[in-house]
Amino acid sequence: MNLRATSAVALGLVIGAAAGVGAYTFIYAQGASYLTNDPNACVNCHVMREQYDGWVKSSHRSVAVCNDCHTPPGRVAKYVTKAQNGFWHSFAFTTGRFPDEILITSRNHGVTERACRKCHESITLEIDGPHAAKTPRDELACVRCHRSVGHLH
Amino acid sequence: MVDEKREEKPRIRAARLIALTVLIAALATIALTALLVNIFEHKQEARNPFFRVVELTDDTEDPDVWGKNFPQQYDGYKRTVDQRRTRYGGSEAVPRTPTDVDPRSVVAQSRLEEDPRLKTMWAGYAFARDFREERGHAYMLEDQLFTERQQVTKQPGTCLNCHASMYVAYKKAGNGDIVKGFEALNTLPYFEARKHVKHPVACIDCHDSQTMQLRVTRPAFMEGIRAAKAVQGVKDYDVNRMATRQEMRAFVCGQCHVEYYFKGPEKRLTYPWVNGLKVENILAYYEEQGFSDWTHAETGAGVLKAQHPEFEMWNQGIHARSGVSCADCHMPYMRVGGLKISDHHVRSPALNINRACQTCHRWPEEELKARIETSQERVFGLRNRAMDALVALIGDLKAARTAGAGEAELQVARKFQREAQFRLDFVEAENSTGFHAPQEAERILAEAIDFARQGQLALARGGIRATAAPAAGGGAR
Repeated sequence: MNLRATSAVALGLVIGAAAGVGAYTFIYAQGASYLTNDPNACVNCHVMREQYDGWVKSSHRSVAVCNDCHTPPGRVAKYVTKAQNGFWHSFAFTTGRFPDEILITSRNHGVTERACRKCHESITLEIDGPHAAKTPRDELACVRCHRSVGHLH
Repeated sequence: MVDEKREEKPRIRAARLIALTVLIAALATIALTALLVNIFEHKQEARNPFFRVVELTDDTEDPDVWGKNFPQQYDGYKRTVDQRRTRYGGSEAVPRTPTDVDPRSVVAQSRLEEDPRLKTMWAGYAFARDFREERGHAYMLEDQLFTERQQVTKQPGTCLNCHASMYVAYKKAGNGDIVKGFEALNTLPYFEARKHVKHPVACIDCHDSQTMQLRVTRPAFMEGIRAAKAVQGVKDYDVNRMATRQEMRAFVCGQCHVEYYFKGPEKRLTYPWVNGLKVENILAYYEEQGFSDWTHAETGAGVLKAQHPEFEMWNQGIHARSGVSCADCHMPYMRVGGLKISDHHVRSPALNINRACQTCHRWPEEELKARIETSQERVFGLRNRAMDALVALIGDLKAARTAGAGEAELQVARKFQREAQFRLDFVEAENSTGFHAPQEAERILAEAIDFARQGQLALARGGIRATAAPAAGGGAR
């Protein structure tokens, strides 16, 4: 009985410590901010500073925030994308394993392209026409020419 | 007995379960703490861009001392010992047996062995004796000290302008006046002047010790750029007062990566830019001065040696025109944790494509590498044709001399050799296989081929030129 009580208390202490450190880390790292739409959350860790600075001066600064172009429509799809990118971004920044000039992944590039088309559909439908691209190189990508609308780098 | 055993089992199981849970929770706590500390460190990095642990003054020559305040930059600077090949550049570490005269155990590959035609081009000049591929900044002083060229010519102290950290040495030799110190060290014999310097290029050669601002410390560049700016219509150009920050990111490199010659008996280092920075402007200047580096051993022509004109070539290219400086590609920004610094490991951008190119060119690394190599391959092909043409002209001239051709006839062909050879050497000595300005490099090589073949034609016709005298081509018509 005594042993059991001691074990339970010890177990509680250990799990509580883990939960406490976890909770403190979450708060210290401003974890909750990542669940919002606030662009400031994206510059918590300095890596996206150039992108943020570029966006502040860009043509889309008053009509779109990061999430408008970098997450897909639909609540579930949006948070799946956020979770996926959030995990890989934290992983890369924690381990330091990422190139200095970050390049968008093809999946995220697709998300962004679809976001362009979502707002500018009346124009893009006319441009796309019936001919699909055969290779990524031939793909008609809005941001290849309109690179600076969101942020230059 | 049996009962006891039954009692035992669930207890052991519970104990195991508890132990396992404790272990997992402990491991989770360790992982979370590690993450917490990592986040804390990154936040600290962003807060403290640098710690001032030593006092730097305008006389602190030793880069090791600067490195205490700027460990990341110093770390990169030390890495210039690295030797790696690119397709057309970089350098290869070649082992050698140290001797008393030359204690080096590693050198770069011999360019003379790679391309023996160079010996013909430089016949009668020290470069035909020993010429190796250039290596990183870390080697600049020892490679100059131990090259076999030192054994065949008496070099002046002027050479050190670009092979050592000179700022403090100039100041001491000139009692605080770097121009006076520059003049004093130029006139000394090389091994005499060598006693005044300790390090290869160091922090103080480009940076102000108090503000870390870039600044030019070489009088030869101050004078050269003043002349070059005057051609563009800017009067009394004072580089340290008038250059923009972005210009400075190229000018500090242009202090050394240029075409030059030693003017007069005082061996004053001079950049030949009074007519402009193009190859024909530089040639025109040497014509005005009546200057030749040496008399070609096989042909008797007064010829010139071009020396690494990277600054001049870059000025003719699209990157310079777009406002991209040397540092943007050769010392691109890099991230160290939460910090952003200039990469002081100065090297070929082809070894650092992500940082050097992808800032502006959002294409895969393989694609960019292919673009670089395509451009260089074309230049290299033309360079080889120009080399063959020049060697052919030298051979014809030699034969004509032996056959007792007239002096007037030989002079015509020699003039063509001088023109062709300087143009070819201008691209050959320039460390980018044309990449700094591919079209300009190809234009220069095409002219070199033309002049070499015209020289052969003139000899074949007994001194009668095929066209008018060599004209500075490529200008506006």
